[in-house]
Amino acid sequence: MYYKTRGYKVFSIANYIFLGILSLLCILPIVHILAVSFSSMAPASSNLVGFWPIGFTTDAYVKTFGNSNFINSLLVSAQRTILATVIGMVLVLVTAFPLSKEDASFRGRSLYTWFLVFTILFSGGLIPSYILVQKLGIMDTIWALILPGALSVWNVILMMNFFRGLPKELEEAAYLDGAGQFKTLMLVYIPLSMPAVATLSLFTMVYHWNAWFDGMIYMSDIKNYPLASLLQTIIVQQDFSKINVDASMLENVSQRTVRAAQIFIGALPILMVYPFLQRFFVKGLVLGAVKE
Amino acid sequence: MKDLNLVAEKGPNEALTTKKRWNMKRNWPLHVMLIPAVLLAIVFQYVPMAGIIIAFQDFKPWLGFFESEWVGLENFRYLFLYPDVDQVIWNTLIIAVFKIVAGLIAPLTFAVLLNEVRLMAFKRVTQTLVYLPHFLSWVILGGILLDILSPQGGMVNKLVVALGGEPIFFLGDGNWFRFTLIVSDVWKEFGFGTIVFLASLAGINPALYEAAEVDGANRFKQTLHITLPALMPITIVVMTLSLGNILNAGFDQVFNLYNPLVYDKGDIIDTFVYRLGILNGKMSFATTVGLFKSAVGTVLIIVSYRLAYKLANYRVF
Repeated sequence: MYYKTRGYKVFSIANYIFLGILSLLCILPIVHILAVSFSSMAPASSNLVGFWPIGFTTDAYVKTFGNSNFINSLLVSAQRTILATVIGMVLVLVTAFPLSKEDASFRGRSLYTWFLVFTILFSGGLIPSYILVQKLGIMDTIWALILPGALSVWNVILMMNFFRGLPKELEEAAYLDGAGQFKTLMLVYIPLSMPAVATLSLFTMVYHWNAWFDGMIYMSDIKNYPLASLLQTIIVQQDFSKINVDASMLENVSQRTVRAAQIFIGALPILMVYPFLQRFFVKGLVLGAVKE
Repeated sequence: MKDLNLVAEKGPNEALTTKKRWNMKRNWPLHVMLIPAVLLAIVFQYVPMAGIIIAFQDFKPWLGFFESEWVGLENFRYLFLYPDVDQVIWNTLIIAVFKIVAGLIAPLTFAVLLNEVRLMAFKRVTQTLVYLPHFLSWVILGGILLDILSPQGGMVNKLVVALGGEPIFFLGDGNWFRFTLIVSDVWKEFGFGTIVFLASLAGINPALYEAAEVDGANRFKQTLHITLPALMPITIVVMTLSLGNILNAGFDQVFNLYNPLVYDKGDIIDTFVYRLGILNGKMSFATTVGLFKSAVGTVLIIVSYRLAYKLANYRVF
């Protein structure tokens, strides 16, 4: 066998080492930030911290959570993520169900499909969308963050393909038992689609937690900034001109440990849902790939 | 069931109309279900598309769509005269092409190497670690990169100095900035990109390897003559589909990493449109640049979907 040869054994050891290093490279920057956030100010600002805290302290986190701007943004992000995921999933389910029918049994299906798919291919672009949100009068409200992206056509296509994979006999049986289309969706299709619903919900949650650009352009008051937008403005751009920040915020972000703590808290929800996400996403990709 | 009996008793033409009526009677809830999606698509997608008319106007927000002056193709003429536009398009192309090529080779290589790992636990841990950066946003990664790439004692520069080099200003020097964009993008996405290749690898018939073994091929030859050819179709699909991204050099990433020092080499179409339209208020011209990008992008996407279908028999929709 090939793996018993000397040459292959040498390759194999080198391969394990190489892959091991690459994997570590993906996680070490995050470990470094975590270590800095738990270190004392002096070793952190003179760049002595590696991957383990020096002079362990939770000072940076106490300061971060004592800041009203930060707490506010955390709440806006949580509210946005929950609302957007619920609305998004309801929309995906009720849209995917009719589109999963055969052309012959639901006339107009392909017209609806093209109407929606065209929005993937072409878009009006940034400026017209911005003017629209302005004209609708939803600037500085949570709806500016939720409504424009509420309908994800990609997710509809994934869900549609999942529905199509369910046995046709179920629908026929429901029809013979006297169920209308709404009942068929509610009592037959949705209960059977929980794996797909779970996958898409997690993806939607990650998307909305991470979204920062819309918050930055549609919100003028810092009280309405979601966390990602706040971090973008305060830590990445270090721009304090557009918004009036608390004095304590200004003082805090000049400290490396506090910046690290804020970045880590921004990543934490993703790190927490990641194990569940990982279990689903391979399946999720396959679910979209199966076509007839 | 009553309806069905009716159909059977009548002539062919009448049967058709009855069937149509029956279809409507049963299907009206389907149309109702699509109302929210259609409304949202109209308001948030099709109305902005109509808003593209401001590319043909000298749009002033206080005058509105109907009062603003029409200038015809003036903005498009300006597009080719405005000094920065050429540079911005060139930056976009060069950054995107490097990202596409590196973003194809890295996951492919990684998947083939990972396929040689037979310790299942090691394989799972590796996969868990390399998929992770894909899910973190560029805001978080931008914050981390600013910290570790800092010329004043960031982690990476400490390593560079330890190896005997001078500290590098990764985010402040144009060429290093492009390099950083490409490497950090590959770092974020290569793990996630391996998924499609690993799926294809799992589908290779083991009998092929057994036959090669009997014929005396070593593992390298097996990889060269079985594994890589088996990965060709999916590689072609990934390659053609990424063609549609050739004008997307990654707004989120560039926006979170760039600064005025690197505008000449790092400014891309999307960031240019943002600064011009939202910050400087040149809404009409920014829309023109955006329209140019969307139009070329749409054509490229359609061409790439066609190509993927023709070359690898892969249908996106």
